[in-house]
Amino acid sequence: MTKEEIREEVLDILADIAPDEDLSNLDDSQSFREQMELDSMDFLDIVMELRKRHRVQVPEDDYVNLASMNSTVEYLEPLMKDIQKV
Amino acid sequence: MTSQAPDNQRIVITGVGLTAPNGNTLAEYRDALLSGRSGVQQYDIRYIGETLAGVCDFDELKYQKRRNVRRGTRAGSIGIYCANEAIADSGIDWENTDRERVGVYVGVTEHGNVETENEIYEIKQYDYDTSVWTHHHNPRTVANNPAGEITLNMGITGPHYTVGAACAAGNAGLIQAAQQLLLGECDVAIGGGVSESIRTFGIFAGFASQGALASNEDPTKASRPFDRDRNGIVVSEGGCLFIVERYSDAAARGAKIYGELVGYAMNSDASDFVLPNPKQQARCMRMALERAQLNAGDIGIVSTHATATSSGDIQECTAVRDVFNGDSPTLINNTKSFIGHAMGAAGSLELAGNLPSFDDGVCHPTINVDNLDPECELAGLVLGEPRQTKGVDTILNNSFGMLGINSAVVIKRV
Repeated sequence: MTKEEIREEVLDILADIAPDEDLSNLDDSQSFREQMELDSMDFLDIVMELRKRHRVQVPEDDYVNLASMNSTVEYLEPLMKDIQKV
Repeated sequence: MTSQAPDNQRIVITGVGLTAPNGNTLAEYRDALLSGRSGVQQYDIRYIGETLAGVCDFDELKYQKRRNVRRGTRAGSIGIYCANEAIADSGIDWENTDRERVGVYVGVTEHGNVETENEIYEIKQYDYDTSVWTHHHNPRTVANNPAGEITLNMGITGPHYTVGAACAAGNAGLIQAAQQLLLGECDVAIGGGVSESIRTFGIFAGFASQGALASNEDPTKASRPFDRDRNGIVVSEGGCLFIVERYSDAAARGAKIYGELVGYAMNSDASDFVLPNPKQQARCMRMALERAQLNAGDIGIVSTHATATSSGDIQECTAVRDVFNGDSPTLINNTKSFIGHAMGAAGSLELAGNLPSFDDGVCHPTINVDNLDPECELAGLVLGEPRQTKGVDTILNNSFGMLGINSAVVIKRV
């Protein structure tokens, strides 16, 4: 997956987890938490969806990388570069 | 606990919030019960396929965000809808209510089966890899979930828990609410029952294996307590929560009062896992009457529990006949013939549907009795059409469940 495809995938996951939020104006450089109602259980949902959809394992020590869209895509790129966009 | 007790020891119902398969407000539901409108429909569930159920269509998003509907349980959503509707109906100044003095007591037949089945189905798609088992599982399946979700939604910081009481749970939740008010644990109690049971295939499969799951070409005819051709239970979802207060508090704020809980009783059969025991059911009704300082003949309407299983219906009729012995003017009806068996919500929904009788004097009927089972013949049984009376002053509501749990509440017009 390219960076743009990973971004789309994360957006898709966020749309499931935070269905009340308008994600069209998401600022990729700002943390998710500053822009929407997300708590620790929601972040676990992001980790779970990556595991279920793509078999990508995010160790607990790396959760900090899922703070914003930019940091998430940056972190996931090496892990998902060989995964084909479905 | 009678009308002769001091006002701060009298317990009254001042609000009703409900969702039933045939109505999402008391007015809609009552209209359905008086016009013969069933809430049973075709229903499809994993592994079972086509079956029948009572399904509710209330708007989950009226009081919840999508995020919390997704995170929580159906029982939680039903509870949240009912509790918010009940508070609104009660006229309590909710904004200025001390939420630490509000208690939530929700009866459930079971809880956690739906969520557990869903997760097992989900991990099956991943070859039973437990690492994809959701982190939401435990908060969804803890036994207090339906009551806890209500407190989260409404900012209630007083006590909350569920009362696990099989199909007597709706009455048990109301009784618990009353007891906690009398103990001074809260000033406003939200009590009753909820059920999400139609979302678990296991309950259908279990009743089917027991030979107790209803089937009928016409879904609206499937739930037929007391009828010779009944063939089992229609499983339903639903909820009904009452706002319960001490009479002194309700009177001080000029509240509308639906009725007073003048007597209640719970007991056990101690005789069988499944088969009811009419002797103990009769004893339960008599204890409730004694506590209410009423005679059987004083009761206007008996709302029966009968679920349309052959043994259960006959056993309850034996108990009712024993207590009410045919000489009293008491009328007898059954709500499951309209909505099926709403499990944890059955007791409170069945009571709620009868409460308007205090105002209109009408006893709603039992429908779907085309050929009355002679063993279910009871003096006063209202069949087919509503019965206008000269006035209803008292209702006795029965609710019984597996493992031999019995409950009866007596409500009196104020």
